[in-house]
Amino acid sequence: MRTARISYGGAIHEAIEWEGRLKLDNGQIVEEQDVVWLTPIVPRTVFALGLNYADHAAELAFAAPSEPLVFLKSPNAFIGHQGFTRRPDDVTYMHYECELAVIIGQTARNVKKENAYKYIKGYSVANDYAFRDYLENYYRPNLRVKNRDRCTPFGPWMVDAGDIANPMDLKLTTHVNKKLVQQGTTADMIFDIPTLIEYLSSFMTLSENDVILTGTPKGSVNTAVGDVVVTEVEGIGRLVNTIIGDESFTNR
Amino acid sequence: MGNARIKVFGIHDLISVDANTASNTVVIDGNEFSTNDIQLDSPISGTVFGTLVNFKGVLEELGDTVNDKPYLSPPVAPVLYIKPANTFNRYGAGIPMPEGISKLEMGASLGIVIGKKAVAVNEELALNYIAGYTIVNDVSVPHDSIYRPAVQHKSRDGFCPIGPWVINRQAVENPDNLLIRVYINDELRQENSTTNLIRSVGRLLADVTEFMTLSPGDVLLVGVPEEAPQANVGDKVRIEIAGIGSLENIIVDEKAFTQRGTK
Repeated sequence: MRTARISYGGAIHEAIEWEGRLKLDNGQIVEEQDVVWLTPIVPRTVFALGLNYADHAAELAFAAPSEPLVFLKSPNAFIGHQGFTRRPDDVTYMHYECELAVIIGQTARNVKKENAYKYIKGYSVANDYAFRDYLENYYRPNLRVKNRDRCTPFGPWMVDAGDIANPMDLKLTTHVNKKLVQQGTTADMIFDIPTLIEYLSSFMTLSENDVILTGTPKGSVNTAVGDVVVTEVEGIGRLVNTIIGDESFTNR
Repeated sequence: MGNARIKVFGIHDLISVDANTASNTVVIDGNEFSTNDIQLDSPISGTVFGTLVNFKGVLEELGDTVNDKPYLSPPVAPVLYIKPANTFNRYGAGIPMPEGISKLEMGASLGIVIGKKAVAVNEELALNYIAGYTIVNDVSVPHDSIYRPAVQHKSRDGFCPIGPWVINRQAVENPDNLLIRVYINDELRQENSTTNLIRSVGRLLADVTEFMTLSPGDVLLVGVPEEAPQANVGDKVRIEIAGIGSLENIIVDEKAFTQRGTK
């Protein structure tokens, strides 16, 4: 099953896919284009992986890490499907990152790899934009690069974990203005999903609605104001985001 | 009205109280209680952000290394990190010593509690966005390199005691002139002051909200002073911030920490 959180008619609902339309939690059937998409769950702690695909690490001139490179994100960073992400005028290099998002379903501490999948309730898609102009070499990637407001589109749905036979064999693609710019497969992750859950839960407790953004493959290029960026994970979802400029904001 | 708000176990909303920040007592319904006699919970609800290298002494300690690999230059914008929800801990509770680790760093910090949504605020108006101030022990597994995010060092369960209360903004004359003292087993181990901040409270709020919105209930730590003391299992740690109060915790074996919610 695919579950979304949407806003429709002045209220927030859960919704499921229903013959090309949406069935809301009150039974109402509505058209997809008539709703505002929220993030599929309200994320609690969000972990993101840097350099978790060898080809992307090489592209950024880094050796593949020997232990997972993890950073955290906070609620201000997230935005749903069909949302807008701001590119400040002074930025010269802002790139998308198509990622498989893993949503934790229950308390997890000291979980072993072989049991890790039991702790996952679903999957979604994230686009973990980076603003490389703001990179500094302190707790890199620093929050100014990776935790700006609404810089992480997340959605459109959560797909139940039981519906995905093998999350370690899914195609990832990004299209900018309908042109294919990034492709890869989750099979190429350096640290696979069970390893990440074992690693994180070895030193901290994970809880329901914690999210792991599992990293992005090669193919990150600069984007411009007005670009429509579509990040897609095979069998999970197609996440659309539009880049907007400073001109519609009063601050700056 | 009161000058502070506390979160008491079993009571959903924060309670306004008169807090005596010197004696660490509160007056509720005319009766005075020590913070040790109340089941205090963490008084905050949002995201906790830490600020790295915001004391002049910390930058001085780094010295020329900021120009060497891997840093290559001194920090320009505020360098932040997140203390996730699993780290939240309360006044009086144990701080778990993880298995295989022998010492923990006690990161005494003033916590700025946000009162209204803060987006690109002016330094001059920044204090208007603050609900109040609290004390945070930003506990870390000691680590030398600050090149990569220190999730493994800073995000362990119980590594962020917060309390004992939130002192209302109006009750604090100047947040940039507060004495900070850390005692371990009643011995003074660190003394510093927010006069030594690189970015003052207002400046920090301005520079952080330039790139990231802070929301009501979020907490922004002003930073940990240089030479943060280390503690072992059994040590009693007390962080005093003048005009704010005292936050007290004990380091416990992590196996004892599984008894969360018990006293």
